[in-house]
Amino acid sequence: MNPNDLISRAKNLWCPGCGNFSIQHAIKDVVAGMVDGGYPLENIVLVTGIGQHGKTFDFMNLNGFYAIHGRTIPVATGIKLANPDLKVICVAGDGDCYAEGLDHLIFGAKRNVDITVLVYDNRVYGLTTGQFTPTSPYGFRGRSTPEGDREYPFNPLELVLGAGATFIARAYSRQRDSLKRIIREALDHKGFSFVDILQICVTYNNMTEYYNARVYDWDEKDVQDHDAAYRKAREWDYNADARIGLGVMYRRSAPIWEQSYPAPEPLSAGERTAWVKKVMDERA
Amino acid sequence: MAEGEISVLVGGRAGEGISSAGQIIAHLLGQAGYRVHMYLDYPSLIKGGHNFAIVRAAPGDVGAIREKVDFILAMNQESVDLHASRLTGRGATIFDTGTAKVPGGIGIPVKEILAAEKAPAVMANSVVIGAFIRAAGIRWELAEAVLKKNFPKGADQNLRVARRGFDASEERMVVQPTGKPALPSMTGNEATGIGLIEGDLEIYIAYPMSPASNILHFLAATAGETRIRVIQPESEIAVILMALGCAYAGTRAAIGTSGGGFCLMTEALGLAGIAELPLVIVIGQRTGPSTGLATYTAQADLHFALNAGQGEFCRLIVAPGDADESRAWSTVAMDLAWKYQLPAIILSDRLVCEGVYSMDPAGVAARKAQPVLADATLHPYDRYTLTESGISPMLFPPAKGEIIKVNSHVHDPDGITTENPIVTKAMADKRMKKGEGLRNEIEGMDPVNVAGDKAAKTALLCWGSTKGICGELGTLMDLRVVQPVVLSPFPEKAFAAAMNGVDRFYAVETNESGQLARLVSQYGYRAAGKILKYDGRPFTVEELEAEIRKVIA
Repeated sequence: MNPNDLISRAKNLWCPGCGNFSIQHAIKDVVAGMVDGGYPLENIVLVTGIGQHGKTFDFMNLNGFYAIHGRTIPVATGIKLANPDLKVICVAGDGDCYAEGLDHLIFGAKRNVDITVLVYDNRVYGLTTGQFTPTSPYGFRGRSTPEGDREYPFNPLELVLGAGATFIARAYSRQRDSLKRIIREALDHKGFSFVDILQICVTYNNMTEYYNARVYDWDEKDVQDHDAAYRKAREWDYNADARIGLGVMYRRSAPIWEQSYPAPEPLSAGERTAWVKKVMDERA
Repeated sequence: MAEGEISVLVGGRAGEGISSAGQIIAHLLGQAGYRVHMYLDYPSLIKGGHNFAIVRAAPGDVGAIREKVDFILAMNQESVDLHASRLTGRGATIFDTGTAKVPGGIGIPVKEILAAEKAPAVMANSVVIGAFIRAAGIRWELAEAVLKKNFPKGADQNLRVARRGFDASEERMVVQPTGKPALPSMTGNEATGIGLIEGDLEIYIAYPMSPASNILHFLAATAGETRIRVIQPESEIAVILMALGCAYAGTRAAIGTSGGGFCLMTEALGLAGIAELPLVIVIGQRTGPSTGLATYTAQADLHFALNAGQGEFCRLIVAPGDADESRAWSTVAMDLAWKYQLPAIILSDRLVCEGVYSMDPAGVAARKAQPVLADATLHPYDRYTLTESGISPMLFPPAKGEIIKVNSHVHDPDGITTENPIVTKAMADKRMKKGEGLRNEIEGMDPVNVAGDKAAKTALLCWGSTKGICGELGTLMDLRVVQPVVLSPFPEKAFAAAMNGVDRFYAVETNESGQLARLVSQYGYRAAGKILKYDGRPFTVEELEAEIRKVIA
């Protein structure tokens, strides 16, 4: 298919130079590639939160559920319970997924729900115009912290590794090829796949030069080694100066949660009447 | 104490099976052809503390307890000390001679009986129940069948210890069989579960919270037979959003909670409203604010349920007053939520949730409302097509060649976000039209019950759990009783018909301010007075009768 057919009629409203464009186009190319490989387009569902990332819902010709702030993962979990054949992609933001909805991220990973979570991590609130987020560096000067924020960021990779995620990766919006490869691998993974995408917010937190000077590709040979993954996760703490690894950090195979809740064949009307009668008889 | 009825109190420590003992007594009296109601009173703890259940049985409908009781089944001295003043004198106190002492009561050597049968201490209940059977003049053969059904394990041993209790007892007050057929009895929570299943429930999602947890437990325990799925997520926020994810993909979900959990759900309630996703929420009200009294009752969340969520959107709210109504209206709530694509709230309260009621086994809801589904041949599909009724036909993913978008923002018919003022108004009008359709449909569903003396000019206005007691006193005191079951959209026509000829009415509610009285005042009905109880406990018949006499004198 022509990947551009996945771009909707909606007028794009991101700032020129926003890292979201490259993520959107990476998703577009990956989905088009899957469709060309025979995957049914109608089986793909995008679930977005609220934030600049959420506009991906409007800008793409894909099934979608534009949810509320922080709540992509439970919506996606419900969709998978209803129909495990759907491929559900959560597009979330760092404020969205790491602040407002952090509990759902941990539980999505804990359960190993078969969904993909792409976090557009620009380390600043864009939609609300420039406040610090859980991954902003210590001392971040935003509109709510003119003297600098007084919390250290947490490390999302370490967090989801601890929570039991079965696929963990980090990508960078300015490296389109590896971004596409990583998103494709995340979508192909059976289980909970998580990608923290370092995304450039040109208006409120332009980290381009900082990232360009530090990013490198991880050696993925030991991708199934939990200890190696832990070392990789700890290499950069989203605060202190360090090299920033990109690529798939960890991958393992584990039972998928929703497969342990297969949808049973519903009772027929007659069977249901008989069941109610049985309960009523027991209670008489 | 009215002739032909009987009340039994079972008291003991938490963890001693007071609830199941009460239910067995309710079933025994049910088998004798009585209509039964049980109230369970327990503190919020697992072991220790005082629990008691009051079972009231009468030849006719019963949905309330009396202050007075004929029998006290005391598992300890505390139960005697706390409740002895309730005795009518017609029955007796049945007690364990090892733990209590009651002059004139029927003492049973529970410990010795258990030792003789090598039975565990947990079977002490069975001994005392056996003693009650004899004291109430119930034939052993009738009791045996009920006991067999109710003892899930160790039935033979339980029966033997019950028989020894029976033999050690003496007849005090004979409960005459009424000759009427035995009816099933169950809690409002269980009846709600059955009603949801009869409304094609496919998945029940809940985070535990009293007094709704027993819906979760009942549906989980029976899920294998009913072929539904039961899920317990990390929070009420996750609960409601999972349910909305299910709705988007065409699976009928219901969720259950109490006021505190519903507080957490309110943001997503609005999402259901604007995204037009069907959703059924059971709220079991308890005493608030905040944690309040975790295991006691209140009807103080009516205006919260009516107004929860920012912005304006239509919702169905039904408030069942007993197990039959819990069953029937839960089915209706499922069907209407799916027809009109909006949230439906079953606003129950602790007394209905955990109270036991006799039921009409044939009380299944009439099902007329059907979901409106899209014609798959029409292309392109727009999730929010503007229609005369405001209802946009639904389509669920995957649908080849179609894009299905639902959105928490104001959106165009195809689901894409817009800020256009014309579309904003058109979509608001569309949602409003659904509300009007729902109101019209509700008017034809007997949404307001009238009981007592239906021609009386003085009325009691009640809702939810005050239905039973108002109905009883209305009949006794020649008062009309008006009980709206549907509270949103408010059935104005049916309410006007129910109130036709009433020149004064009194609201009977378990809250501090008279929340239903406030609601009906918006429609021009002003209560002459309010009889309110807000200590977490139910009205007793004697108490409410005295209150009514005071206000109508």
